[in-house]
Amino acid sequence: MLRYALKRALSLLISLAIASLVIFLVIEVAPGDPASYMLGINAQPETVAALRAELGLDVPKMQRYLAWVGGMARGDFGTSYTYRTPVGQMIADRMWVSLPLALYALALSTLIAFPAGIYAAARRGKPGDIAVMGATQLGVAVPNFWFAMMLVLIFAINLRWFSAGGFPGWDIGFFLALKSLTLPAIALALPQSAILARVMRSSLLDILSEDFMRTARAKGLSRRQALWRHGLRNALIPVLTIIGLQFSFLLAGGIIIEQVFFLPGLGRLIFQSISARDLIVVESVVMLLVFSVILVNFLVDLAYAAVDPRLRSRT
Amino acid sequence: MIRSRNLLIGGTLCLIVVTAALLSFVWTPYDISQMDIPNKLQKPSAAHWFGTDHFGRDIFSMIMIGARTSLAVAIVAVGIGMGLGVPLGLWAAANKGGWVDEIIMRGNDLIFAFPSLVIAILITAIMGASALNAIIAIGIFNIPVFARLTRSGALSLWEREFILAARVAGKSKPRISAEHILPNVANLLIVQGTIQFSLGILAEAGLSYVGLGAQPPTPSWGRMLADAQTMVSFAPHLALVPGLAIVTAVLGLNLLGDGLRDLLDPKIRVART
Amino acid sequence: MTLLSVENLSLNIGDTPILRDVSFTIAPGEIVAVTGESGSGKSMTAFSVMQLLPEAAHTTGHIRLNDQDLLSLSEPQLCALRGNDIGMVFQEPMTALNPVKTIGAQVMETILIHTAMTPDRAKEQARDMLSRVGLPPDRFPLSRYPHELSGGQRQRVVIAMAIALRPRLLIADEPTTALDVTTQAQILDLLKELVAEFGMGLMMITHDLAVVSDMADRIIVMRQGEIVEQGETRALFGEMKHPYTRALFEASGHRVDLPDAPDGPDPILAVRNAVRDYPLPRTRLFAPREHHRAVNDISFTIHNGERVGLVGESGCGKSTLTRAILGLEPLQSGDITAFGHPVGPAMNPALRAGLQVVFQDPYGSFNPRHRVSRIITEPFHLLPDPPGGADRDTAIATALTAVGLSPSDATKYIHEFSGGQRQRIAIARALIIRPKLIIFDEAVSALDVSIRAQILDLIADLSRSHTLSYLFISHDLSVVRTVTDRVLVMKSGEIVEQGVTEQVFSNPQHPYTQTLIAAAPVLPDLSHLKENSHVPA
Repeated sequence: MLRYALKRALSLLISLAIASLVIFLVIEVAPGDPASYMLGINAQPETVAALRAELGLDVPKMQRYLAWVGGMARGDFGTSYTYRTPVGQMIADRMWVSLPLALYALALSTLIAFPAGIYAAARRGKPGDIAVMGATQLGVAVPNFWFAMMLVLIFAINLRWFSAGGFPGWDIGFFLALKSLTLPAIALALPQSAILARVMRSSLLDILSEDFMRTARAKGLSRRQALWRHGLRNALIPVLTIIGLQFSFLLAGGIIIEQVFFLPGLGRLIFQSISARDLIVVESVVMLLVFSVILVNFLVDLAYAAVDPRLRSRT
Repeated sequence: MIRSRNLLIGGTLCLIVVTAALLSFVWTPYDISQMDIPNKLQKPSAAHWFGTDHFGRDIFSMIMIGARTSLAVAIVAVGIGMGLGVPLGLWAAANKGGWVDEIIMRGNDLIFAFPSLVIAILITAIMGASALNAIIAIGIFNIPVFARLTRSGALSLWEREFILAARVAGKSKPRISAEHILPNVANLLIVQGTIQFSLGILAEAGLSYVGLGAQPPTPSWGRMLADAQTMVSFAPHLALVPGLAIVTAVLGLNLLGDGLRDLLDPKIRVART
Repeated sequence: MTLLSVENLSLNIGDTPILRDVSFTIAPGEIVAVTGESGSGKSMTAFSVMQLLPEAAHTTGHIRLNDQDLLSLSEPQLCALRGNDIGMVFQEPMTALNPVKTIGAQVMETILIHTAMTPDRAKEQARDMLSRVGLPPDRFPLSRYPHELSGGQRQRVVIAMAIALRPRLLIADEPTTALDVTTQAQILDLLKELVAEFGMGLMMITHDLAVVSDMADRIIVMRQGEIVEQGETRALFGEMKHPYTRALFEASGHRVDLPDAPDGPDPILAVRNAVRDYPLPRTRLFAPREHHRAVNDISFTIHNGERVGLVGESGCGKSTLTRAILGLEPLQSGDITAFGHPVGPAMNPALRAGLQVVFQDPYGSFNPRHRVSRIITEPFHLLPDPPGGADRDTAIATALTAVGLSPSDATKYIHEFSGGQRQRIAIARALIIRPKLIIFDEAVSALDVSIRAQILDLIADLSRSHTLSYLFISHDLSVVRTVTDRVLVMKSGEIVEQGVTEQVFSNPQHPYTQTLIAAAPVLPDLSHLKENSHVPA
């Protein structure tokens, strides 16, 4: 188990190294000089030169890459050109909106999808199954930002149960703050839960036709007992993969949802810095998102091993 | 009978969207390049089936042309994904465990590690917002999907005895890939293709919504939603109609995919993320 | 006294009749074998007794266990019965156990759901049961997972689960079909002992008459959902009233009439000190890669017109050797020459044309999207000047006729043929370019006995008409014995014994060959049975 974890950790580090290199190169190689890009076409040559020096663009690329990565490893993401504040601080502030939103949405999505998927699998082909599958078919087809707009229209504008957008900050109290994230979280979660419920159902149905489920029935377990004791844990293995993928989807999907609800999260930050051409911030936010995705995949790998003993002993 | 129902509903919805898109080349109810400010923000009526927008343009006409944008972006993006992903997958499977396989699979893992939307945003941000860049951004993420699918389908086929028989008959790996492997993974690719197509439409809508997809004056469903956002409280139809158009197209493609799967091979599994 | 009595059992699944009027009984301590070919309904009979049938199943008749009619019980009552009064052992030990639970937990589960025992006591009993089936806890702790055990060991776990509560009836559905012959003998012995020790009734489903001939008290022969004959084992073998029973018996021990091999040594295939390694997954990240030696220093020769057998259990390296001989994979050392030229992945088409193969799986050997004509002409790819037009049609027709099919079959797709016909097509594909050596890789192993007998006859006929030379690879000793002149015995990548087939079988020298031959189930000697059949047992 330890060996497995170490191996996965090593692969995590390699992925991070390659990912950072790719992001660095995309930003570097892209159109021309970052400094003139950031300052726009009308910039004075002296200003550009000054910025080049400030960004350290006059040192060789390799050295700059190492400095960037080394800085991030110490928590130093550099200084935003537009805001003149440390990027690390800016990201940390926005993270307190985006991360809770993604986790909230993930929790909602899982809470909806698991019972729905299990229910549908247990009633395969019956009206309950057909209803759930029809609903998920629709859920998969709905774009989350449009769904978000519809939620605003119904629950904020017409019913006035929630505010239409903005985030008051965590200082006003946990539940009030959470309430302002509720509509965005639902908008993110429902389409994802439709996917997850479908995966849960098909994974369970696969397991139900396995030989060992018949063995369990031959022992005298009822259909339901066999499903709970032998089916679920095996069915969880593919479901975990999807949950891992969904987390990255929710973090990234949050970027657009934040636009709908005017939430001061990473998404707004990335759009602001793109329009301000603040490449340092863009680079760092993207790296952070990629890092969190790779980290979540690492955690999913560990979860696999916890669920499936075959992985633990395979070294 | 579920299979024929999926195929029927999905096929009908897709047909409606495709017809609207094709028809828009030769005819739309109104000319959307003309503003008609006096008639702005009209509710749906006999004259304007889906109402008009804040410039007084006919929304029904815009939806028709928007269908064109959506389909074009999705078709090319899926084309890029299949065109590059399928040969890569076939190659990787034919040389399983070799360095080509290793590079392709590691590269795939890496692309999967990037949240696709974030990278699409990054690409369009740096290369400039346009429909073409949106296509490239979406297309890139289709490559590993098809490479992976083709590889895993092909790998199990390479273990089959009819492939061994072809090797005993002296056929080369590329030839076996083309003659025996590709036709036998085609069903898989068709089914996943329809799903990727629907994901492409969703992605295009998302990028256009944040202003990184098709640029004005090209109408696109995502842009129409972005324009509608500030007016949703007093003109909800502006937001409702393009959203329903997206749902129709995506639902149609998904149902078509499920129907095709049931028809071709019920054992096919598709990935939707 | 009867334990189980099945009366007029009929079963339909949807509109398809599966069983018709099946009646038989099993007494405590009695071993009853239900046998038949695929589609005979033997497994469905077992699942009817368990009442574990598909949802669309409809059963009529009576299934009485002691005095309870199982067909009238509710699902909760049946659950209380399964595992407690009736235990079941399945065919595929590799998949019959839950991969994410320990073997201890899975055996304990049977005990815990039926009794009020404390977990500690249940654990104790599970440990006893596992020791009883030959998995002592000092070597096989309860914390083991199924994937850490071999197939035979897993089957023992399944048996321990089935007998943990000492059920009155044990149902075993092809319990040894997936196992090697030596493991099969051990599992059969275990089942026999358990029946004697616990006084259980054993209902044993098998397709292999030989497996049950010295074990079953009574035999039931089924065909197409009906019982054609049943009786006490000796009497049944002695009389064989029904022609189908006789046909089945004869097909099981079928001996072909193999023509004499041509004289004079004319080597066409020479394998010299062949070694083939496979890289294993790395155990540690930077450790040097270790290798599994699948074929270890093997040497043998096949002469023109000779029919050579290769026997060995699963994992002994037979398939690896096959692939090396076909030139699909390289050797690490040693060499293989065919007709005087080296064999390997780079060999030229003309050499490849001399070596053709017939595979095991009648379903996986053909591209489902191609017609028979395209399938069997695939080897033409090896010819510098492949026949076209009318010549091609003639070649197809000749090959199909030679294997007992009709030339008109050429335009059909493969799914239109039965398993036996598909093996004929596979042979036609191998024959069409007149190779000098054919490799039969378990070519009859997936077939029912009567079909197997027909294909073996076909091979013998072709030997006569085409003077075939072949290497016949099989795990089935009785088949190899009848279709080969010489035999090689393979174990763990090495050839431990080789010689003239009859001599090796009647007087094996190597201890492994002796074990193998002793473990192989044999049909009773009919002439001997006939003399004794009227003597009361």
